[in-house]
Amino acid sequence: VTTGSGSTDDNNVERVFRQEAGRVLATLIRLVGDFELAEEALQEAFAAAIEQWPAAGLPANARAWLVNVGRHKAIDRLRRQILFREKQRDLAVEAAIARQPAAPDEEADTFGDDMLRLIFSCCHPALNVEARVALTLRAICGLTTEAVARAFLVAEETMAQRLVRAKRKIRDAGIPYETPAPDMLDERVEGVLAVIYLVFTEGYAVTSGAELMREELAREAIRLARLLDALLPGRADIEGLLALMLLHDARRKARTTLAGDIVLLEEQDRSLWDREQIAEGSGLVERALRAPGRPSSYSVQAAIAALHAQASHHKATDWRQIVGLYEVLLRLYPSPVVELNHAVAVSMVDGPGRALDLIDALAARGTLDGYHLLPAVRADLLRRLDRRAEAKDAYRTALALARLEPERRLLVRRLAELERARVNVSHGVGRKGVSSSRWVGPTGWS
Amino acid sequence: MERKMQYLLLIYENEAEAAKRGETGMKEMMTEYRTFTQSIIQAGQFKAGDALQPTSTATTVRVRSGKTLTTDGPFAETREQLGGYYLIEAKNLDEAIAIAARVPSAKLGSIEVRPVMVFG
Repeated sequence: VTTGSGSTDDNNVERVFRQEAGRVLATLIRLVGDFELAEEALQEAFAAAIEQWPAAGLPANARAWLVNVGRHKAIDRLRRQILFREKQRDLAVEAAIARQPAAPDEEADTFGDDMLRLIFSCCHPALNVEARVALTLRAICGLTTEAVARAFLVAEETMAQRLVRAKRKIRDAGIPYETPAPDMLDERVEGVLAVIYLVFTEGYAVTSGAELMREELAREAIRLARLLDALLPGRADIEGLLALMLLHDARRKARTTLAGDIVLLEEQDRSLWDREQIAEGSGLVERALRAPGRPSSYSVQAAIAALHAQASHHKATDWRQIVGLYEVLLRLYPSPVVELNHAVAVSMVDGPGRALDLIDALAARGTLDGYHLLPAVRADLLRRLDRRAEAKDAYRTALALARLEPERRLLVRRLAELERARVNVSHGVGRKGVSSSRWVGPTGWS
Repeated sequence: MERKMQYLLLIYENEAEAAKRGETGMKEMMTEYRTFTQSIIQAGQFKAGDALQPTSTATTVRVRSGKTLTTDGPFAETREQLGGYYLIEAKNLDEAIAIAARVPSAKLGSIEVRPVMVFG
């Protein structure tokens, strides 16, 4: 944190807020024992900072300053309540806060412990999934309610309500502000990782609407995983998820054109991939897979992503090993979406005919009905088999189901290519292998 | 802030399945319940607890426009029925969840954990 000298403008104060909000809130919740009271105290502490810092300069330890001011604001607030309502319970609470030791200094890692407690509270399984995601982004990442609402395409009022209800439940149900007991830890960490991954996938490919990627959400998810990895070091499940997100995110720049169109994996300009992030992700996967016990689903998926990322060009991809990893994934964590991805990989090793058999068997079970990538993959295999009429039908089915604009445009493009191909064929020019799309990875388009 | 909370653990089980358990099964269940109840009494977490007669013995009462309407039921339309409860004291929800997970019926049915409302 910055020292006392030097000028302070609003941007500076803003930046400190953004950086410190999560940690300060986490510590305030421990000190005052109530989520909403702590949040109000935090807002008041920030208001005080806006007033005082521009003239006095940033304090040497902004975090501790904010905690101390926030703590006093909370006491003031309780005193006012006591004056109005003379509540016995508030009196006891106030006395308890006043007894707490002063804000911990920055060196002590109590801040880390507080943050970890807050993460587990926000991701508690007693909260519904939407509430967990919203609370995590608001309280831990320090996003504004408006920003969280925007990210999930709901009205700010709706999001504010969701957050209020979640905080009430934390208070009324007695959701603890504690690191879970050892026998609950694995299950709870799994829950936290699910929230982080949900934030990431929402940032990686939003489920509907215009933009394919929301950089901010993906970055927040990575930041959260890094934080969790630092707070609970050496856990293979956390490393696996962090690796998976780093590897997917490394391709960000190459995944869309400037106009926002999808660029499929095989057509991506690999020089745009973030090599540093790929190296970090690959290192983490290797470590995660070496850990004893059965690998987490994230680790295996990350290993697949690493093989894609390490191939110097598309043809150099080690599809055989990718098929093998999908088979591991299917054995450990069976899922129809994984089966779909497995079939795509099989098409690269044994050809589209073999893959089509797998897809048709999968479609017959009906578990993926309504999922646009099933007909999209099918269409692609049919196209590669030169069964154009069937391919077109399948693309149309996919188009009717796809909701994300860039995905729809890609499907329209594919249909148009098939129309043109007919002309080409009449001139004796085949279009085989021109741009066979691959749907790889859990979000489909890699 | 250390404050004890009270939670009601509502025990839901499929009555039809429970009836099929037979005498030995019932005895085993009773033993498990006795052991569990003893353990939470000793830990100072027990406030109250009872098993209920099946829903076939139940009566539902409503008062509408001053008139009392008494009916039989509720009928076992849902998959699981309320079969008993514990009122416990716990530090927080996680402690309550840990206790709920030890209720013998948790392995067969489900336990709903509800915080008791505090007024004032």
